[in-house]
Formats: sequence, structure tokens, C-alpha cells
Amino acid sequence: MAAEIAPTASPAPPSLRRDGDRLIFAGRLDAQAAAALWRPATEVRQAATGPLTLDLAGVESLDTNGATLLLHASGTEAAPKVEGASAPVAAVLARAVAAAAAPAPQQGARPLSLLSSLGAGFFGALRGLQDKITFVGETAVAGASYVLRPRGVRLGDVLRHLDEAGTRAFPLTILLGVLLGVILAFQSSIPMRQFGATIFIPQLVGVSLLRELGPLMAAIILSGRTGSAYAAELGTMTVNEEVDALRIMGIDPIRMLVLPRLLAGTIVMPALALLLTLMGLIGMGLVMLGLGFPATATINRLEQTLGVGDMVGGLCKAAAFGLAISLIGCRAGLAAGRGPRAVGDAATGAVVGGIVATIILDGIFAVVFFRMGW
Amino acid sequence: MSVATEFAATRGKREAGAPVVTASDLAMAFGNRTLFRDVSFDVKRGEVFVILGGSGCGKSTLLKLLIGLFPPTAGSIDMLGTDVLNADSTQREALLTRIGVMWQSGALFGSMTLLENVMLPLEAHTRMPEEARQEAARIKLGMVGLSDAANRLPAEISGGMAKRAGIARAMALDPPLLFLDEPSAGLDPITSAGLDKLIQELARDLGTTFVVVTHELQSILAIGDRCIMLDKDAQGMIAMGDPRDLRDTATHPTVRAFFRREAVD
Repeated sequence: MAAEIAPTASPAPPSLRRDGDRLIFAGRLDAQAAAALWRPATEVRQAATGPLTLDLAGVESLDTNGATLLLHASGTEAAPKVEGASAPVAAVLARAVAAAAAPAPQQGARPLSLLSSLGAGFFGALRGLQDKITFVGETAVAGASYVLRPRGVRLGDVLRHLDEAGTRAFPLTILLGVLLGVILAFQSSIPMRQFGATIFIPQLVGVSLLRELGPLMAAIILSGRTGSAYAAELGTMTVNEEVDALRIMGIDPIRMLVLPRLLAGTIVMPALALLLTLMGLIGMGLVMLGLGFPATATINRLEQTLGVGDMVGGLCKAAAFGLAISLIGCRAGLAAGRGPRAVGDAATGAVVGGIVATIILDGIFAVVFFRMGW
Repeated sequence: MSVATEFAATRGKREAGAPVVTASDLAMAFGNRTLFRDVSFDVKRGEVFVILGGSGCGKSTLLKLLIGLFPPTAGSIDMLGTDVLNADSTQREALLTRIGVMWQSGALFGSMTLLENVMLPLEAHTRMPEEARQEAARIKLGMVGLSDAANRLPAEISGGMAKRAGIARAMALDPPLLFLDEPSAGLDPITSAGLDKLIQELARDLGTTFVVVTHELQSILAIGDRCIMLDKDAQGMIAMGDPRDLRDTATHPTVRAFFRREAVD
């Protein structure tokens, strides 16, 4: 007796009936049919004790998704026993049977044990460090050879990077500088007022900005804007095999691609830091005006406190930050992989690496300046 | 230069059916630069229709117009009974489940295995359970000879494999109409011949209609039932018909030069 497994209400819907060891399919067998009949087919297959014959006389059309259903229902990926199939239906089924019989996918590599993972991670990090040191060394050699024989670095490239990293960052630097000065002045005014020391705010904010926050904030701007741009640009060139093409043409990519960016980054950072500091001082001055101190009082206080040493120290730090950020951005780009995520990973690595390097360098400068009594 | 369009009789290896694509008076211009104009043709059910021409003549642009990526400057496109240019979002969504596109580079998603790439359209457009989707995707990959690479990422396979995986993904929903953009470009002759064979078998066994953009002469002659040829200088179509007839009987200098691989002065 035939058992109705799926309803056959709407016009020519796909259906599946079981009659003894025969599975009778009808209608149009496509992806929708596979969705509707997959569970009934699974139940039939699980209930069957022997091989089932597919009766396809009522099948109007069959595509490969429908054929997937038939193979699933038959319980075999080898040629199922079929009756009543029209020539087109048989052809599609034969093709699906042949495809299903193709070799199974290779299993991925087995995951490493914890110890092996730790070892692989350690040696991977070691190799990464080695690559970074190699890159720094290669860049130093290229830089030194450029000083001895100043060819191969195109002035136009340096100017373009100066423009992109510098002048185009000026509006953002001005905005952040003013806001930083205003925030610092307001924040410090609250505790300073308790001690009647509001007049000393210019000294506090001035020293903070010139020696510390100016270079630091400028470095964050450079890292976010320029370091990532360097990594993305060079990463794209790496993915497009442009860097390989340079090497094959006998052109040193470090000299042609990295040195102009390093020069630009190193030159532009002190300018950004100085601009940010000046804007911060202006912002602080506006707050002081609001607190009732005339501009001359603020300027006098700054003159008494800030010296050339503070400025030189801040600008030296800024130049070192610029060099490190550019170096990390360029290295991230040139070390980019080949996949579609390579450029994104390179840009992320450049920003994170640039900020981390900036903080580490800042710590080193703090110790050095302290030892020097600066 | 105005040269009459070359038309050749269509032999047709397979019995062609009713039109599934009808393009009428298509024109495309970018600013003041006209790429082509007055391009009209129809693609019949079950045939392999080739759009051919030299570099820069607008073949890939025409393909993108047909699949509705951007509108033409003028003309109309009817595809599987849908007016592509005036379709509302529901009609367009329904149409997109009935066509498949293989992109020139394969355009596989790099973070997914080949199996997951092929399963993606099934997940988006059907209610097939996970097991059914996996099985169906595995069969599609088997059809293009990539069963053993199902668990690999696109970055781990060759260009030819990526194109075959692209075809498998395009076939995921068993669409009646498949568009292939430069399927043989950049492939070695053996891989290229394998792809041609695959296209012929799919057209024969599944009754799929193919619209193929290519300038690979051997592929055109091997798989094409009919073709149109675009020309940059003529800013439009200069030939239509069976590619083998065009090769043997064409009088248009560019068509002759193309099929005989001759330089044009």
C-alpha cells in the first residue's frame, strides 16, 4: 500500500510516496522541492531495510538540487536503481551521480597540540622579529647609501608624501590641538582653583603640550592617517605584484617606495607636533581669558616656564615618532600577504604597531631626558 | 567608418528554443565617449551565446548591462520574461535567483571555503536544510571537478580552479541562464579546453543557457552556437551568427582579421 508522505495540494507540487521498496517522486524537483522533501526523504531512508528503487515517471523536471534529493533518498551515492525517468531527467541524475562519486574533500591539517601550538607561536614570533630587524637593517643601509649617492629617491614622491601626510593633516591637527588645550585648561582649573593656583595653568598646560602631549597626539594622528595609508598603498602594490616587478627590474623597492615615505614622515611630524602645541596653547589661552586672565598674563607665564630645551626635546621626540610610524607602516605594507584580507590586515598592523612603538619610544625618551636632567 | 554588420546563418549544434534574453537598441556612453550603440540581439533557450570582440570594445560592459549592474544609456533588456530596466525590487530579486554569473576572477569570498562559497546562494534563497545544502554544493563542486578541494580556501587554489569554483557557485541555484565573463582568460590550453568541455556538457545535460563574454578564439569556435561581435571603431555590433560560419565566410575586414588572427592595418 502506498503511503502518502508529502501533500500534493497545489498544482503539480513536488511529492514523494513510498510503495514497498519503491519511492515514487512526482512534480518539479528543484531546490524548493529539496527543501520541502528532504526531511520526509530522510525518514523514508532511515525506515528502509533494503535498497530503494526510485520511480521517476511522474517527475516533470529535475535539476541538480533535485538530484541531490534523489541521491539522499536512495541512500546511495552510487547509481541508484531508477525506473521511468525521461531522458532529460536521467541525464541530470547521471551527471549528479558522477559528481557525487568524485573524490571526497581533503581533510584539513589536524590542529596542533597545546605544546606544539606554543612552540609554533614562539618560533613564528621569533621569525617575525627577525623579519622586522632585517627590514630595519635594509632600510638603514638604503638610507646610508642614499646619503652617499643621492639617486633613486624621486623628489616628486617626497613632496607628494609631505603634502599627504602634512598639509592635508593640518585641519585635523588644528582642531584637535585647540580642543586639547581647552580640555586640559578646563580640567586643570578645577583642582588648581582649590589651591588658588589658577594662574599656573599656562605653565602646566604649556609644559604638558610642548614636551609630551603635542608629539604624542601628533603621532596618533600620523599613525591613524598616514601609517595606515602607507600600509594600504604598499600592501595593494604587493598584492598586485608591483613590488615584485620593481625587484625584477633591479630597482630597490626600499629606496623607491620606503625612503620617500620615511623622509616625509620624519620631516612632517615635528611640524605637526609644533602646530598641535601652538593650537593647544591658543585653546588654553581662550580658557584663561574666560577665567578672567588677560592674554599678557598667560604669555608671561609661558615665557617664564618654557625654554628652547623643551621645544627641542619635543621636536626630537616627534621626529623619532614619525620615523618609527613610517617605518612600521611601510613594513606592514611590504609584508602584506596575498589574500583579499591582506591590505586590511596590513593597515591594522600599521596603526596598532605605530601607536605601540610611539608609547615605547616615549617611555625611552622620558628615561633619557630624566637622566640628562632635561 | 561605417561598415555593414556581418550576419551569418546559424547552424546551431543544439535545438534552440524561445528567446530568454532580448536586448533591443542598447547604447552605452561614458560622458561624451560612446562605447557602443544600436546593439540588438536575442539569446535562445539552451544555446551558448558568445559576446566577442577585441579589447576595449565593451564586451564586459555589455554583460554588466545585461545583468543589471548599471543601466544602459538607451535601449531595453528583456530577460526570462522580466523587463530588466523597469523591474521593481521583487521582480529583480526573483530574476536574480534565475541567473548565475561567473566573474572573470571567480570573485570567491576569501574567508570561506569553496564549499561554503557554493552553499551561500542556497542559504540565501532556499529553505534547504544544512545537510541538503552541503550535499548539493558538494555535487556542484563535483560537476566542475573540484570535489577534493571543497574544504580549501580561494587563496589556496589556482586561477583555473577559482574559475571552475565560480561556475559551481553560479550554478548553485540551478539557474536556467548563466553568464560567464572571460572564462578562459589567463588559463593554459588544457584547463581552458576543460572549461569549454564543462560548458558544453552543462548546456547539453542541464539545458542551461550560457551567455559567454570572451575573445579566446578557440573557445568561441568550440562552444559558441551563436555570437555577436562588437567593435571599438564601429562603436557597436559588426557581426552576428554562427562563429564557424563567420570564420569561413565573413567579408568584414575586422571580423575576418579576428577569426584569422591577423593584424589590422
